Amino acid sequence: MNDFENLSISSAIEGLANKNFTSLELTEFFIKKIEKNKDLNCFITSTFDKAIEMAKISDQKIKENETRPLEGIPIGMKDLFCTNGVRTTAGSKILENFVPFYESTVSNNLWNSGAIMLGKTNMDEFAMGSANTTSFFGNVKNPLGSKVNKELVPGGSSGGSASAVSSGLCLGSTGSDTGGSIRQPASFCGLVGLKPTYGRCSRFGMIAFASSLDQAGPITKTVEDSALMLQAMVSFDKRDSTSSRQSIPDFSDFKKLSIKGKRIGIPKEYMIDGLNSDIKKIWDSGISWFKSEGAEILEISLPHTKSALPTYYIIAPAEASANLARYDGIRYGFRHNADDLNDLYQKTRGFGFGKEVKRRLMIGTYVLSAGYYDAYYLKALKVRKLISQDFEDSFKKCDLILTPTTPNVAFPIGEKQTNPIEMYLNDVLTVPASLAGLPAISVPSGFNSEKLPIGLQLIGKPFDEISVLAAGAVIEESRGF
Amino acid sequence: MSIDNSTVKKVAKLARIEINEEEETTLITELNNILGWVDELKQVNTDSVEPMLSVFNESMQMREDKAESNFDNSQILDNSPESNSGFFVVPKVVE
Repeated sequence: MNDFENLSISSAIEGLANKNFTSLELTEFFIKKIEKNKDLNCFITSTFDKAIEMAKISDQKIKENETRPLEGIPIGMKDLFCTNGVRTTAGSKILENFVPFYESTVSNNLWNSGAIMLGKTNMDEFAMGSANTTSFFGNVKNPLGSKVNKELVPGGSSGGSASAVSSGLCLGSTGSDTGGSIRQPASFCGLVGLKPTYGRCSRFGMIAFASSLDQAGPITKTVEDSALMLQAMVSFDKRDSTSSRQSIPDFSDFKKLSIKGKRIGIPKEYMIDGLNSDIKKIWDSGISWFKSEGAEILEISLPHTKSALPTYYIIAPAEASANLARYDGIRYGFRHNADDLNDLYQKTRGFGFGKEVKRRLMIGTYVLSAGYYDAYYLKALKVRKLISQDFEDSFKKCDLILTPTTPNVAFPIGEKQTNPIEMYLNDVLTVPASLAGLPAISVPSGFNSEKLPIGLQLIGKPFDEISVLAAGAVIEESRGF
Repeated sequence: MSIDNSTVKKVAKLARIEINEEEETTLITELNNILGWVDELKQVNTDSVEPMLSVFNESMQMREDKAESNFDNSQILDNSPESNSGFFVVPKVVE
Protein backbone atom coordinates (compact mmCIF):
# COMPACT_ATOMS: atom_id res chain seq x y z
CA MET A 1 0.00 0.00 0.00
CA ASN A 2 1.11 3.53 -0.75
CA ASP A 3 2.23 5.72 2.09
CA PHE A 4 0.07 8.79 1.93
CA GLU A 5 1.17 10.26 5.24
CA ASN A 6 3.24 13.09 3.81
CA LEU A 7 1.10 13.71 0.77
CA SER A 8 -0.10 17.25 0.08
CA ILE A 9 -3.57 17.99 -1.27
CA SER A 10 -2.10 19.26 -4.55
CA SER A 11 -0.07 16.09 -5.12
CA ALA A 12 -3.04 13.92 -4.12
CA ILE A 13 -5.15 15.69 -6.75
CA GLU A 14 -2.41 14.95 -9.29
CA GLY A 15 -2.11 11.33 -8.18
CA LEU A 16 -5.86 10.81 -8.43
CA ALA A 17 -5.98 12.43 -11.87
CA ASN A 18 -3.12 10.24 -13.10
CA LYS A 19 -4.86 7.18 -11.64
CA ASN A 20 -1.83 6.37 -9.46
CA PHE A 21 -4.29 5.57 -6.69
CA THR A 22 -8.01 5.87 -6.02
CA SER A 23 -9.87 8.00 -3.52
CA LEU A 24 -11.03 4.80 -1.83
CA GLU A 25 -7.40 3.75 -1.31
CA LEU A 26 -6.58 7.17 0.11
CA THR A 27 -9.63 7.15 2.37
CA GLU A 28 -8.98 3.64 3.66
CA PHE A 29 -5.37 4.55 4.40
CA PHE A 30 -6.46 7.49 6.57
CA ILE A 31 -9.19 5.49 8.31
CA LYS A 32 -6.58 2.91 9.39
CA LYS A 33 -4.21 5.67 10.43
CA ILE A 34 -6.87 7.40 12.53
CA GLU A 35 -7.68 4.10 14.26
CA LYS A 36 -4.00 3.54 15.03
CA ASN A 37 -3.57 7.02 16.48
CA LYS A 38 -6.56 7.26 18.77
CA ASP A 39 -4.28 8.31 21.63
CA LEU A 40 -3.82 11.70 19.95
CA ASN A 41 -7.57 12.22 20.45
CA CYS A 42 -7.90 14.27 17.24
CA PHE A 43 -11.45 13.23 16.44
CA ILE A 44 -14.62 13.50 18.54
CA THR A 45 -16.75 11.62 16.01
CA SER A 46 -15.51 9.54 13.10
CA THR A 47 -17.61 9.17 9.96
CA PHE A 48 -15.84 6.29 8.23
CA ASP A 49 -18.91 4.76 6.53
CA LYS A 50 -19.80 8.13 5.11
CA ALA A 51 -16.19 8.63 4.00
CA ILE A 52 -16.13 5.32 2.09
CA GLU A 53 -19.42 6.16 0.46
CA MET A 54 -18.15 9.61 -0.57
CA ALA A 55 -14.86 8.15 -1.85
CA LYS A 56 -16.71 5.71 -4.10
CA ILE A 57 -18.71 8.57 -5.60
CA SER A 58 -15.48 10.53 -6.14
CA ASP A 59 -13.80 7.60 -7.87
CA GLN A 60 -16.80 7.35 -10.17
CA LYS A 61 -16.63 11.09 -10.93
CA ILE A 62 -12.91 10.83 -11.70
CA LYS A 63 -13.60 7.89 -14.01
CA GLU A 64 -16.23 9.90 -15.83
CA ASN A 65 -14.00 12.99 -16.05
CA GLU A 66 -16.40 15.03 -13.94
CA THR A 67 -13.75 15.89 -11.39
CA ARG A 68 -14.57 18.71 -8.95
CA PRO A 69 -11.75 20.86 -7.41
CA LEU A 70 -11.19 18.73 -4.28
CA GLU A 71 -12.48 15.46 -5.71
CA GLY A 72 -11.68 12.53 -3.46
CA ILE A 73 -9.62 14.48 -0.89
CA PRO A 74 -10.16 13.20 2.68
CA ILE A 75 -10.31 15.97 5.27
CA GLY A 76 -11.16 16.57 8.92
CA MET A 77 -14.05 18.88 9.80
CA LYS A 78 -13.77 20.91 12.98
CA ASP A 79 -16.64 19.93 15.27
CA LEU A 80 -17.83 23.53 15.22
CA PHE A 81 -19.38 23.15 11.76
CA CYS A 82 -22.88 21.69 11.77
CA THR A 83 -23.05 18.59 9.63
CA ASN A 84 -26.40 17.19 8.58
CA GLY A 85 -27.12 13.94 10.40
CA VAL A 86 -23.68 13.87 12.04
CA ARG A 87 -23.32 14.77 15.71
CA THR A 88 -21.84 18.24 16.23
CA THR A 89 -20.66 19.07 19.74
CA ALA A 90 -18.40 22.17 19.68
CA GLY A 91 -16.37 20.18 22.23
CA SER A 92 -19.07 20.67 24.87
CA LYS A 93 -21.10 18.43 27.13
CA ILE A 94 -24.06 20.72 26.52
CA LEU A 95 -24.10 19.58 22.86
CA GLU A 96 -22.94 16.02 23.50
CA ASN A 97 -25.94 14.53 21.71
CA PHE A 98 -26.77 17.29 19.24
CA VAL A 99 -27.39 16.05 15.69
CA PRO A 100 -28.00 18.92 13.25
CA PHE A 101 -30.57 18.49 10.49
CA TYR A 102 -28.87 21.08 8.28
CA GLU A 103 -25.38 21.64 6.91
CA SER A 104 -23.07 24.61 7.50
CA THR A 105 -22.32 26.56 4.33
CA VAL A 106 -18.56 26.02 4.65
CA SER A 107 -18.85 22.23 5.00
CA ASN A 108 -21.50 22.10 2.30
CA ASN A 109 -19.18 24.00 -0.06
CA LEU A 110 -16.39 21.51 0.68
CA TRP A 111 -18.58 18.46 0.02
CA ASN A 112 -19.81 20.08 -3.18
CA SER A 113 -16.17 20.43 -4.21
CA GLY A 114 -15.66 16.70 -3.78
CA ALA A 115 -13.93 16.65 -0.38
CA ILE A 116 -14.46 13.62 1.84
CA MET A 117 -15.32 13.78 5.54
CA LEU A 118 -13.30 11.44 7.77
CA GLY A 119 -14.76 12.83 10.95
CA LYS A 120 -15.33 15.75 13.26
CA THR A 121 -12.17 17.06 14.89
CA ASN A 122 -11.69 17.81 18.57
CA MET A 123 -11.50 21.39 19.75
CA ASP A 124 -11.54 23.61 22.81
CA GLU A 125 -15.08 23.90 24.16
CA PHE A 126 -16.94 26.45 22.04
CA ALA A 127 -13.52 27.40 20.59
CA MET A 128 -12.50 28.96 23.91
CA GLY A 129 -8.92 27.97 24.55
CA SER A 130 -5.39 28.03 23.20
CA ALA A 131 -4.18 24.53 24.08
CA ASN A 132 -7.09 22.20 23.35
CA THR A 133 -7.33 21.48 27.06
CA THR A 134 -10.92 22.70 27.55
CA SER A 135 -12.71 20.07 25.42
CA PHE A 136 -15.31 17.92 27.19
CA PHE A 137 -13.92 15.09 25.04
CA GLY A 138 -10.42 15.35 26.47
CA ASN A 139 -7.08 16.89 25.59
CA VAL A 140 -5.59 16.56 22.12
CA LYS A 141 -1.90 15.69 21.87
CA ASN A 142 0.54 17.34 19.50
CA PRO A 143 2.23 14.54 17.47
CA LEU A 144 5.49 16.50 17.55
CA GLY A 145 5.70 15.93 21.30
CA SER A 146 7.22 12.52 20.62
CA LYS A 147 10.30 14.34 19.24
CA VAL A 148 11.04 15.74 22.68
CA ASN A 149 9.52 12.93 24.77
CA LYS A 150 6.88 15.22 26.21
CA GLU A 151 3.14 15.46 25.90
CA LEU A 152 2.75 18.78 24.15
CA VAL A 153 -0.39 20.76 23.41
CA PRO A 154 -1.33 21.17 19.75
CA GLY A 155 -2.54 24.71 20.41
CA GLY A 156 -6.15 25.69 20.17
CA SER A 157 -8.89 26.03 19.65
CA SER A 158 -8.57 24.08 16.36
CA GLY A 159 -6.23 21.60 18.09
CA GLY A 160 -7.75 18.39 16.74
CA SER A 161 -7.68 19.77 13.20
CA ALA A 162 -4.03 20.77 13.46
CA SER A 163 -2.87 17.59 15.18
CA ALA A 164 -4.71 15.43 12.62
CA VAL A 165 -3.04 17.10 9.63
CA SER A 166 0.36 17.17 11.32
CA SER A 167 0.23 13.45 12.15
CA GLY A 168 -0.95 12.56 8.65
CA LEU A 169 -4.47 11.45 9.62
CA CYS A 170 -6.03 13.55 6.86
CA LEU A 171 -4.85 15.76 4.00
CA GLY A 172 -6.25 19.01 5.34
CA SER A 173 -8.79 20.25 7.83
CA THR A 174 -11.05 23.14 8.64
CA GLY A 175 -10.57 25.48 11.54
CA SER A 176 -12.21 28.57 12.89
CA ASP A 177 -10.35 31.60 14.12
CA THR A 178 -11.77 34.13 16.58
CA GLY A 179 -8.51 35.38 18.10
CA GLY A 180 -5.92 32.99 16.66
CA SER A 181 -7.57 29.56 16.75
CA ILE A 182 -6.32 28.59 13.27
CA ARG A 183 -2.95 30.33 13.20
CA GLN A 184 -1.70 29.40 16.68
CA PRO A 185 -2.32 25.60 16.41
CA ALA A 186 -0.93 25.64 12.85
CA SER A 187 2.21 27.26 14.22
CA PHE A 188 2.48 24.74 17.10
CA CYS A 189 2.05 21.76 14.75
CA GLY A 190 4.28 22.94 11.88
CA LEU A 191 1.46 23.71 9.47
CA VAL A 192 0.00 26.45 7.31
CA GLY A 193 -3.06 28.08 8.89
CA LEU A 194 -5.04 30.78 7.11
CA LYS A 195 -7.66 33.07 8.58
CA PRO A 196 -9.31 34.85 5.66
CA THR A 197 -10.80 38.35 5.76
CA TYR A 198 -13.87 38.59 7.97
CA GLY A 199 -16.85 37.93 5.70
CA ARG A 200 -15.09 35.66 3.19
CA CYS A 201 -16.46 32.43 4.63
CA SER A 202 -20.08 32.17 5.64
CA ARG A 203 -20.81 31.75 9.33
CA PHE A 204 -24.08 29.94 8.63
CA GLY A 205 -24.10 26.66 10.55
CA MET A 206 -20.82 27.46 12.28
CA ILE A 207 -21.51 27.35 16.01
CA ALA A 208 -21.11 30.94 17.19
CA PHE A 209 -18.52 32.09 19.71
CA ALA A 210 -17.97 35.83 19.02
CA SER A 211 -19.86 36.71 15.87
CA SER A 212 -17.99 39.90 14.96
CA LEU A 213 -14.71 37.95 14.98
CA ASP A 214 -15.47 34.31 14.02
CA GLN A 215 -14.05 33.30 10.65
CA ALA A 216 -13.48 29.87 9.13
CA GLY A 217 -10.28 28.89 7.33
CA PRO A 218 -8.10 25.94 6.30
CA ILE A 219 -5.24 24.14 8.06
CA THR A 220 -2.92 22.42 5.58
CA LYS A 221 0.65 21.29 4.99
CA THR A 222 1.45 23.76 2.21
CA VAL A 223 0.51 27.25 1.05
CA GLU A 224 -0.76 25.82 -2.23
CA ASP A 225 -3.08 23.48 -0.32
CA SER A 226 -4.28 26.43 1.72
CA ALA A 227 -5.29 28.26 -1.47
CA LEU A 228 -7.04 25.14 -2.78
CA MET A 229 -9.09 24.61 0.36
CA LEU A 230 -9.87 28.29 0.79
CA GLN A 231 -11.24 28.42 -2.75
CA ALA A 232 -13.67 25.64 -1.92
CA MET A 233 -14.74 27.14 1.43
CA VAL A 234 -15.58 30.74 0.46
CA SER A 235 -18.87 31.95 -0.96
CA PHE A 236 -21.37 34.75 -0.62
CA ASP A 237 -24.22 33.47 1.52
CA LYS A 238 -27.47 35.30 2.04
CA ARG A 239 -28.01 33.29 5.23
CA ASP A 240 -25.12 35.16 6.90
CA SER A 241 -25.80 38.88 7.28
CA THR A 242 -22.06 39.67 7.29
CA SER A 243 -21.14 37.47 4.35
CA SER A 244 -19.19 39.57 1.85
CA ARG A 245 -20.28 40.31 -1.70
CA GLN A 246 -16.68 41.11 -2.73
CA SER A 247 -15.71 39.23 -5.86
CA ILE A 248 -13.90 35.99 -5.19
CA PRO A 249 -10.57 35.73 -7.01
CA ASP A 250 -8.81 32.60 -8.21
CA PHE A 251 -6.62 32.16 -5.13
CA SER A 252 -4.10 30.02 -7.06
CA ASP A 253 -3.11 33.28 -8.77
CA PHE A 254 -0.81 33.78 -5.79
CA LYS A 255 1.72 31.72 -7.78
CA LYS A 256 1.89 34.43 -10.43
CA LEU A 257 2.34 37.24 -7.94
CA SER A 258 5.89 38.42 -7.33
CA ILE A 259 6.88 39.83 -3.96
CA LYS A 260 9.58 41.92 -5.65
CA GLY A 261 9.02 45.59 -4.89
CA LYS A 262 6.33 44.84 -2.30
CA ARG A 263 6.67 46.73 0.96
CA ILE A 264 6.74 44.54 4.04
CA GLY A 265 6.10 46.28 7.35
CA ILE A 266 7.74 45.11 10.57
CA PRO A 267 5.73 46.40 13.54
CA LYS A 268 8.07 47.35 16.38
CA GLU A 269 5.32 46.77 18.96
CA TYR A 270 5.33 43.02 18.20
CA MET A 271 8.81 42.82 19.72
CA ILE A 272 7.12 42.05 23.03
CA ASP A 273 8.69 41.17 26.38
CA GLY A 274 8.85 37.43 26.64
CA LEU A 275 9.21 36.78 22.91
CA ASN A 276 11.20 33.55 22.69
CA SER A 277 14.75 34.22 21.41
CA ASP A 278 14.60 31.41 18.83
CA ILE A 279 11.40 32.95 17.47
CA LYS A 280 13.08 36.36 17.29
CA LYS A 281 15.89 34.78 15.25
CA ILE A 282 13.44 33.20 12.81
CA TRP A 283 11.65 36.54 12.49
CA ASP A 284 15.01 38.10 11.50
CA SER A 285 15.57 35.29 8.98
CA GLY A 286 12.12 35.98 7.54
CA ILE A 287 13.06 39.62 7.05
CA SER A 288 16.23 38.62 5.19
CA TRP A 289 14.33 36.14 2.96
CA PHE A 290 11.97 38.89 1.82
CA LYS A 291 14.91 41.25 1.28
CA SER A 292 16.62 38.73 -1.00
CA GLU A 293 13.37 38.35 -2.95
CA GLY A 294 13.50 42.08 -3.66
CA ALA A 295 10.86 43.21 -1.17
CA GLU A 296 11.30 46.49 0.62
CA ILE A 297 11.41 46.15 4.41
CA LEU A 298 10.27 49.02 6.58
CA GLU A 299 9.67 49.46 10.27
CA ILE A 300 6.09 50.40 11.07
CA SER A 301 4.22 51.26 14.22
CA LEU A 302 0.90 49.82 15.39
CA PRO A 303 0.73 51.89 18.58
CA HIS A 304 -2.34 50.22 20.13
CA THR A 305 -1.00 46.64 19.87
CA LYS A 306 -0.62 46.43 23.65
CA SER A 307 -4.34 47.10 24.10
CA ALA A 308 -5.50 44.41 21.66
CA LEU A 309 -5.59 41.45 24.04
CA PRO A 310 -7.51 43.22 26.86
CA THR A 311 -9.89 44.59 24.21
CA TYR A 312 -10.43 41.08 22.87
CA TYR A 313 -11.08 39.73 26.36
CA ILE A 314 -13.95 42.16 26.76
CA ILE A 315 -15.50 41.94 23.29
CA ALA A 316 -15.25 38.17 22.73
CA PRO A 317 -16.74 37.15 26.13
CA ALA A 318 -19.46 39.82 25.76
CA GLU A 319 -20.51 38.41 22.39
CA ALA A 320 -20.20 34.87 23.72
CA SER A 321 -22.47 35.60 26.67
CA ALA A 322 -25.18 36.65 24.20
CA ASN A 323 -24.53 33.81 21.71
CA LEU A 324 -24.42 31.06 24.31
CA ALA A 325 -27.66 32.17 25.93
CA ARG A 326 -29.38 29.77 23.51
CA TYR A 327 -28.14 26.74 25.47
CA ASP A 328 -31.00 26.50 27.90
CA GLY A 329 -31.75 22.78 27.97
CA ILE A 330 -35.14 23.20 26.31
CA ARG A 331 -34.86 22.71 22.56
CA TYR A 332 -31.66 20.71 22.16
CA GLY A 333 -28.64 19.54 24.03
CA PHE A 334 -28.06 18.51 27.61
CA ARG A 335 -30.76 19.12 30.20
CA HIS A 336 -30.38 18.90 33.95
CA ASN A 337 -33.75 18.18 35.45
CA ALA A 338 -35.16 20.57 38.01
CA ASP A 339 -38.46 21.51 39.57
CA ASP A 340 -38.80 24.99 38.19
CA LEU A 341 -37.71 26.62 34.96
CA ASN A 342 -35.08 28.97 36.36
CA ASP A 343 -33.47 26.15 38.27
CA LEU A 344 -33.49 24.06 35.10
CA TYR A 345 -31.62 26.80 33.19
CA GLN A 346 -29.07 27.32 35.94
CA LYS A 347 -28.38 23.65 36.55
CA THR A 348 -28.26 22.82 32.83
CA ARG A 349 -25.72 25.57 32.20
CA GLY A 350 -23.84 24.99 35.45
CA PHE A 351 -23.30 21.30 34.66
CA GLY A 352 -23.31 21.56 30.86
CA PHE A 353 -20.55 24.13 30.41
CA GLY A 354 -16.91 23.63 31.33
CA LYS A 355 -14.80 25.90 33.54
CA GLU A 356 -13.30 28.13 30.84
CA VAL A 357 -16.64 28.68 29.11
CA LYS A 358 -18.31 29.58 32.42
CA ARG A 359 -15.47 31.95 33.25
CA ARG A 360 -15.88 33.77 29.94
CA LEU A 361 -19.66 33.87 30.19
CA MET A 362 -19.29 35.45 33.62
CA ILE A 363 -16.86 38.08 32.27
CA GLY A 364 -19.13 38.75 29.30
CA THR A 365 -22.22 39.08 31.45
CA TYR A 366 -20.38 41.38 33.85
CA VAL A 367 -19.02 43.78 31.19
CA LEU A 368 -22.46 44.06 29.62
CA SER A 369 -24.32 44.53 32.89
CA ALA A 370 -25.88 47.79 34.01
CA GLY A 371 -23.28 50.18 35.38
CA TYR A 372 -20.32 48.50 33.69
CA TYR A 373 -21.34 48.58 30.02
CA ASP A 374 -19.76 51.97 29.29
CA ALA A 375 -16.62 51.40 31.33
CA TYR A 376 -15.83 48.04 29.74
CA TYR A 377 -17.77 47.11 26.65
CA LEU A 378 -18.17 50.52 25.07
CA LYS A 379 -14.57 51.37 25.93
CA ALA A 380 -13.37 48.18 24.25
CA LEU A 381 -15.36 48.96 21.10
CA LYS A 382 -13.63 52.33 20.91
CA VAL A 383 -10.19 50.86 21.39
CA ARG A 384 -11.05 48.30 18.70
CA LYS A 385 -11.57 51.23 16.34
CA LEU A 386 -8.10 52.57 17.22
CA ILE A 387 -6.51 49.16 16.63
CA SER A 388 -8.23 48.88 13.28
CA GLN A 389 -7.18 52.44 12.43
CA ASP A 390 -3.54 51.56 13.19
CA PHE A 391 -3.65 48.86 10.51
CA GLU A 392 -5.40 51.16 8.05
CA ASP A 393 -2.70 53.79 8.52
CA SER A 394 0.09 51.23 8.17
CA PHE A 395 -1.35 49.79 4.99
CA LYS A 396 -0.94 53.20 3.40
CA LYS A 397 2.81 52.63 3.74
CA CYS A 398 3.14 48.87 3.29
CA ASP A 399 1.47 45.96 1.51
CA LEU A 400 1.96 43.24 4.09
CA ILE A 401 2.98 42.90 7.73
CA LEU A 402 5.41 40.23 8.93
CA THR A 403 5.40 39.10 12.57
CA PRO A 404 5.84 35.92 14.60
CA THR A 405 2.58 33.94 15.07
CA THR A 406 3.10 33.13 18.75
CA PRO A 407 5.43 34.32 21.50
CA ASN A 408 6.44 30.72 22.26
CA VAL A 409 6.53 27.20 20.80
CA ALA A 410 4.20 24.34 21.80
CA PHE A 411 4.27 23.78 25.58
CA PRO A 412 3.59 20.68 27.70
CA ILE A 413 0.00 19.69 28.49
CA GLY A 414 -0.77 20.94 31.98
CA GLU A 415 1.26 24.15 31.73
CA LYS A 416 -0.40 27.58 31.91
CA GLN A 417 -3.47 26.07 33.62
CA THR A 418 -3.39 27.93 36.92
CA ASN A 419 -3.66 31.52 35.72
CA PRO A 420 -6.09 32.11 32.83
CA ILE A 421 -4.25 35.26 31.69
CA GLU A 422 -1.08 33.21 31.09
CA MET A 423 -3.06 31.07 28.62
CA TYR A 424 -4.62 34.14 27.01
CA LEU A 425 -1.16 35.58 26.29
CA ASN A 426 -0.68 32.87 23.63
CA ASP A 427 -2.84 34.94 21.32
CA VAL A 428 -1.17 38.29 21.88
CA LEU A 429 0.25 38.38 18.32
CA THR A 430 -2.78 36.96 16.50
CA VAL A 431 -5.61 38.89 18.17
CA PRO A 432 -4.91 42.34 16.63
CA ALA A 433 -5.54 41.11 13.04
CA SER A 434 -8.72 39.40 14.27
CA LEU A 435 -10.06 42.61 15.79
CA ALA A 436 -9.35 44.38 12.49
CA GLY A 437 -10.88 41.53 10.44
CA LEU A 438 -7.76 41.18 8.30
CA PRO A 439 -6.54 38.10 6.41
CA ALA A 440 -3.54 36.47 8.09
CA ILE A 441 -1.57 33.30 7.58
CA SER A 442 0.88 31.35 9.72
CA VAL A 443 3.60 29.54 7.78
CA PRO A 444 6.19 27.16 9.27
CA SER A 445 9.46 29.08 9.14
CA GLY A 446 11.98 27.30 11.34
CA PHE A 447 12.61 25.38 14.53
CA ASN A 448 13.79 26.05 18.05
CA SER A 449 16.78 24.23 19.55
CA GLU A 450 14.54 21.24 20.38
CA LYS A 451 13.36 21.06 16.75
CA LEU A 452 9.87 22.28 17.58
CA PRO A 453 8.28 24.33 14.80
CA ILE A 454 8.07 28.12 14.73
CA GLY A 455 5.57 29.93 12.53
CA LEU A 456 5.71 33.42 11.08
CA GLN A 457 2.55 35.38 10.49
CA LEU A 458 1.76 37.53 7.46
CA ILE A 459 -1.11 40.00 7.74
CA GLY A 460 -2.63 41.53 4.61
CA LYS A 461 -5.05 44.22 3.52
CA PRO A 462 -8.76 43.37 3.58
CA PHE A 463 -9.62 40.78 0.90
CA ASP A 464 -6.00 40.54 -0.26
CA GLU A 465 -5.55 36.86 0.59
CA ILE A 466 -3.58 36.45 -2.66
CA SER A 467 -0.69 38.63 -1.45
CA VAL A 468 -0.76 36.86 1.92
CA LEU A 469 -0.49 33.48 0.15
CA ALA A 470 2.22 34.75 -2.23
CA ALA A 471 4.31 35.98 0.69
CA GLY A 472 3.69 32.68 2.49
CA ALA A 473 5.08 30.88 -0.54
CA VAL A 474 8.25 32.99 -0.32
CA ILE A 475 8.79 31.68 3.22
CA GLU A 476 8.21 28.10 2.02
CA GLU A 477 10.81 28.50 -0.73
CA SER A 478 13.37 30.30 1.41
CA ARG A 479 13.31 28.44 4.73
CA GLY A 480 15.42 25.51 3.51
CA PHE A 481 13.33 22.51 4.60
CA MET B 1 -12.80 47.91 41.11
CA SER B 2 -13.21 44.73 43.02
CA ILE B 3 -15.52 41.80 42.71
CA ASP B 4 -16.84 40.23 45.89
CA ASN B 5 -19.00 37.19 46.45
CA SER B 6 -22.26 39.10 46.13
CA THR B 7 -21.20 40.38 42.68
CA VAL B 8 -20.23 36.87 41.57
CA LYS B 9 -23.57 35.56 42.78
CA LYS B 10 -25.42 38.32 40.98
CA VAL B 11 -23.53 37.83 37.68
CA ALA B 12 -23.98 34.06 37.86
CA LYS B 13 -27.69 34.59 38.32
CA LEU B 14 -27.82 36.96 35.34
CA ALA B 15 -25.91 34.41 33.24
CA ARG B 16 -28.19 31.59 34.51
CA ILE B 17 -25.23 29.52 35.65
CA GLU B 18 -25.38 27.59 38.92
CA ILE B 19 -22.06 27.75 40.75
CA ASN B 20 -21.07 26.03 43.96
CA GLU B 21 -19.16 27.62 46.80
CA GLU B 22 -15.81 26.39 45.59
CA GLU B 23 -16.41 27.77 42.11
CA GLU B 24 -17.54 31.02 43.65
CA THR B 25 -14.26 31.42 45.54
CA THR B 26 -12.17 30.64 42.46
CA LEU B 27 -14.22 32.97 40.28
CA ILE B 28 -13.78 35.88 42.69
CA THR B 29 -10.00 35.66 42.31
CA GLU B 30 -10.06 34.97 38.57
CA LEU B 31 -12.55 37.66 37.66
CA ASN B 32 -10.67 40.20 39.78
CA ASN B 33 -7.43 39.28 38.02
CA ILE B 34 -8.90 39.40 34.54
CA LEU B 35 -10.89 42.59 35.07
CA GLY B 36 -7.90 44.19 36.77
CA TRP B 37 -5.84 43.30 33.72
CA VAL B 38 -8.32 44.66 31.15
CA ASP B 39 -8.56 47.81 33.28
CA GLU B 40 -5.39 49.04 31.57
CA LEU B 41 -7.66 50.10 28.69
CA LYS B 42 -8.73 53.02 30.86
CA GLN B 43 -5.36 54.61 30.07
CA VAL B 44 -6.12 54.70 26.34
CA ASN B 45 -7.48 58.03 25.19
CA THR B 46 -10.72 57.38 23.30
CA ASP B 47 -12.18 60.88 23.31
CA SER B 48 -14.12 61.41 20.09
CA VAL B 49 -13.51 57.81 18.94
CA GLU B 50 -16.53 56.06 17.48
CA PRO B 51 -17.21 52.58 18.87
CA MET B 52 -16.60 49.81 16.32
CA LEU B 53 -19.22 47.07 16.49
CA SER B 54 -18.06 45.23 13.39
CA VAL B 55 -15.40 45.42 10.71
CA PHE B 56 -18.05 44.59 8.14
CA ASN B 57 -18.72 47.72 6.12
CA GLU B 58 -20.84 46.49 3.25
CA SER B 59 -24.45 47.53 3.33
CA MET B 60 -26.75 44.78 4.47
CA GLN B 61 -29.40 43.96 1.94
CA MET B 62 -32.98 43.11 2.64
CA ARG B 63 -34.25 39.83 1.39
CA GLU B 64 -37.76 38.95 0.50
CA ASP B 65 -39.92 38.21 3.53
CA LYS B 66 -40.69 34.67 2.52
CA ALA B 67 -40.64 31.50 4.60
CA GLU B 68 -38.09 29.06 3.22
CA SER B 69 -37.67 26.55 6.00
CA ASN B 70 -38.66 23.07 5.08
CA PHE B 71 -37.87 21.33 8.32
CA ASP B 72 -40.61 19.29 9.82
CA ASN B 73 -41.60 19.36 13.40
CA SER B 74 -40.24 15.94 14.22
CA GLN B 75 -36.73 16.76 12.93
CA ILE B 76 -36.59 19.71 15.28
CA LEU B 77 -38.04 17.85 18.25
CA ASP B 78 -35.63 14.95 17.77
CA ASN B 79 -32.91 17.01 19.48
CA SER B 80 -35.02 18.10 22.41
CA PRO B 81 -34.42 16.53 25.81
CA GLU B 82 -38.16 16.15 26.33
CA SER B 83 -41.12 16.57 23.99
CA ASN B 84 -44.75 15.58 23.96
CA SER B 85 -47.40 15.72 21.23
CA GLY B 86 -45.22 17.92 19.02
CA PHE B 87 -44.23 20.35 21.77
CA PHE B 88 -41.16 21.00 23.92
CA VAL B 89 -41.76 20.09 27.55
CA VAL B 90 -40.64 22.40 30.37
CA PRO B 91 -41.34 22.35 34.11
CA LYS B 92 -44.63 23.90 35.08
CA VAL B 93 -44.37 27.71 34.96
CA VAL B 94 -47.92 28.72 35.90
CA GLU B 95 -49.44 27.89 39.24
